[in-house]
Amino acid sequence: MDLDQKLAILADAAKYDASCASSGANRRDSRDGKGVGSAGGAGICHSYAPDGRCISLLKILLTNRCLYDCHYCINRRSSNVRRAAFTPEEAITLTLDFYKRNYIEGLFLSSGIIRSADHTMEQVVQVARTLREVHDFRGYIHLKTIPEASPELIEQAARYADRISINLELPSQQSLDRLAPEKNLGRTKQAMGRIRVKLDDAADRRKNGDRKLRHATGQSTQVIVGADASTDADFLARSDELYTGYKLRRVYYSAFSPIPEPSSVLPLSAPPLMREHRLYQADWLMRHYGFRTSEILTPEQPNLDLHIDPKLAWALRNRQDFPLDVQKASRGLLLRVPGLGVKNVDRLITIRRHTRIRLQDLAQLRISLPKVRPFLITADHHPARELLDSDSLLARLAPKPVQLELFGHAPR
Amino acid sequence: MRRVDPGESFDTWRDAARGLLAEGVPPGEVLWEPAGGSSLFEEAVFQAEAATGKLAVPPAFVDLARNVACHGDPRRWSLLYRLLWRVTRGGERPLMQIASDPDVAKARMMEKNVRREIHKMHAFVRFRKTGETEEGRERFVAWFEPDHFIVGAGAPFFRKRFANMDWSIFTPKGCAHWIAEEFKLSPGVPRDPCGDPDVMEGIWRTYYRSIFNPARLKLKAMQAEMPKRYWKNLPEADLIEELSRGSSIRLEGMLAEPEREVRPLPKNAYLEMLRKLPDPDPE
Repeated sequence: MDLDQKLAILADAAKYDASCASSGANRRDSRDGKGVGSAGGAGICHSYAPDGRCISLLKILLTNRCLYDCHYCINRRSSNVRRAAFTPEEAITLTLDFYKRNYIEGLFLSSGIIRSADHTMEQVVQVARTLREVHDFRGYIHLKTIPEASPELIEQAARYADRISINLELPSQQSLDRLAPEKNLGRTKQAMGRIRVKLDDAADRRKNGDRKLRHATGQSTQVIVGADASTDADFLARSDELYTGYKLRRVYYSAFSPIPEPSSVLPLSAPPLMREHRLYQADWLMRHYGFRTSEILTPEQPNLDLHIDPKLAWALRNRQDFPLDVQKASRGLLLRVPGLGVKNVDRLITIRRHTRIRLQDLAQLRISLPKVRPFLITADHHPARELLDSDSLLARLAPKPVQLELFGHAPR
Repeated sequence: MRRVDPGESFDTWRDAARGLLAEGVPPGEVLWEPAGGSSLFEEAVFQAEAATGKLAVPPAFVDLARNVACHGDPRRWSLLYRLLWRVTRGGERPLMQIASDPDVAKARMMEKNVRREIHKMHAFVRFRKTGETEEGRERFVAWFEPDHFIVGAGAPFFRKRFANMDWSIFTPKGCAHWIAEEFKLSPGVPRDPCGDPDVMEGIWRTYYRSIFNPARLKLKAMQAEMPKRYWKNLPEADLIEELSRGSSIRLEGMLAEPEREVRPLPKNAYLEMLRKLPDPDPE
């Protein structure tokens, strides 16, 4: 099998991992080295696939042979998919060849589990180590790690990588038992906890002057949405735990996607892409807008509204808090206005020190007036109370009903 | 009305603007026009004299103006002078903080376009390998067509990232070269001077084809980030149509496939060990 055929199989096998971040690494470049590469700025998306996803890293599996039988995964041992394996040298050369042509920011390397977790992890680490030590590669590396691998190997991975991750896959052990019988939530969290300690440690050493220290700066994970009966509240509660308790940089939500070689345990259906989008919005509200999970979802309503975004949904449930005076309201409150983002809130706070804010100021900032008008008081505008109270508000603000599923297939 | 040549960069415009400001010429009386451009106005082109004395200008204006100066819109020079005038002579010292002022908003929009174009240059330049020097230093070339004059601002990124290769980036709006550890900018060239495609482009296309998930076609999201005007210089872009067209057929195929039965658990020492591991967090 030639390199082109291997790449076709092993990129195809890797594409269900949504993570594409290439930002947040320790700043460095190749001017004082002999190799190639730089990192540490904002991430760069070098291309976009027709699925709308950014292509930032060479995302491949070292091999798609796998002992595990995760039913949502095309590479599970029960699947008849074609199998292939890169030698470490092939993966290294491919990374460098793509990088030098400015196709990618670096490498995202994962692997099916072969022989044992440690054996697999050693292979993955060897690729990263050779790139760093033999080729002085200074681009971005994201390594997928296996919770059952020895802590020493995971720590080695963290030394060569910028980002490491373990996929949680499903938010409860019950779901894992059914769909990914070899995976264990407790062991995954235990490994994440150990990684967190190492990451904190490395951050402290850098802060205390060890500028040369080479170490990953963060960890992330992925969950699959729509493969089990978990509610959005289950997902967000789990994410909240991972952000606060384990300091994860990102939780990626991946709508369960139909795959070739479907499993009889998990018959496939079309992906609920809007649900994935709403989860990202809610996740964003938690991380950047000061929302608590309990404000976004309630026990009575454990799933996000697919028709309106979670911020608008919250505002409509809390109409008594509006309208807000844009001239006086606190930053925290302004961040809760549907249609106002972090950047524009900060601009408005600066502007209001110098002038009385009018609707045309909002328009100049390209804020959508129809969206914010019911919620804000400006020097020349006071929304009528009855506007906020009326049910017509929802009708006016919610987008026209659209076909939510991308394809019209009824779930089987 | 005075006709003033802004030159081609922030520095030349600044020299001219300083002279005008020192003379107290209000923005309404200046016509910024590159030398050689035709105009209905008869006046001779005003040669700006390097103004003496320091002019106190907020740093926020200088940062903004440096970026706006790279924009392709010829009206950028008069916009910048109007802002400069308002900040210094117009008594509107805090103007730069008022993002909703129409002039500030317009300049910020231009700045955003310029920054975005620099970012897209970093993203979409595709190098082709042309050979190696006798010392084994690899040589690469690229062709890129930016909307704005951003080659000077965008090139340092490549210098840092590819410090140990030789490379040239050719564009109609200026070229950048890093050859034998020497950095040089040169005037733009009208046509792509790069030769044959690189063999790696075929492998890159394989990657692009394989990383695409046909079960989630989102062409609008893709085009918002990778507008069509960039496609002609991206070796992977002519696959977009074929991949999009084939996606629904591939998805139908997946949905129609018979479900695979679960294979019996293989006898495997590692899997047996996994099953015996204690659960650290039973829920």
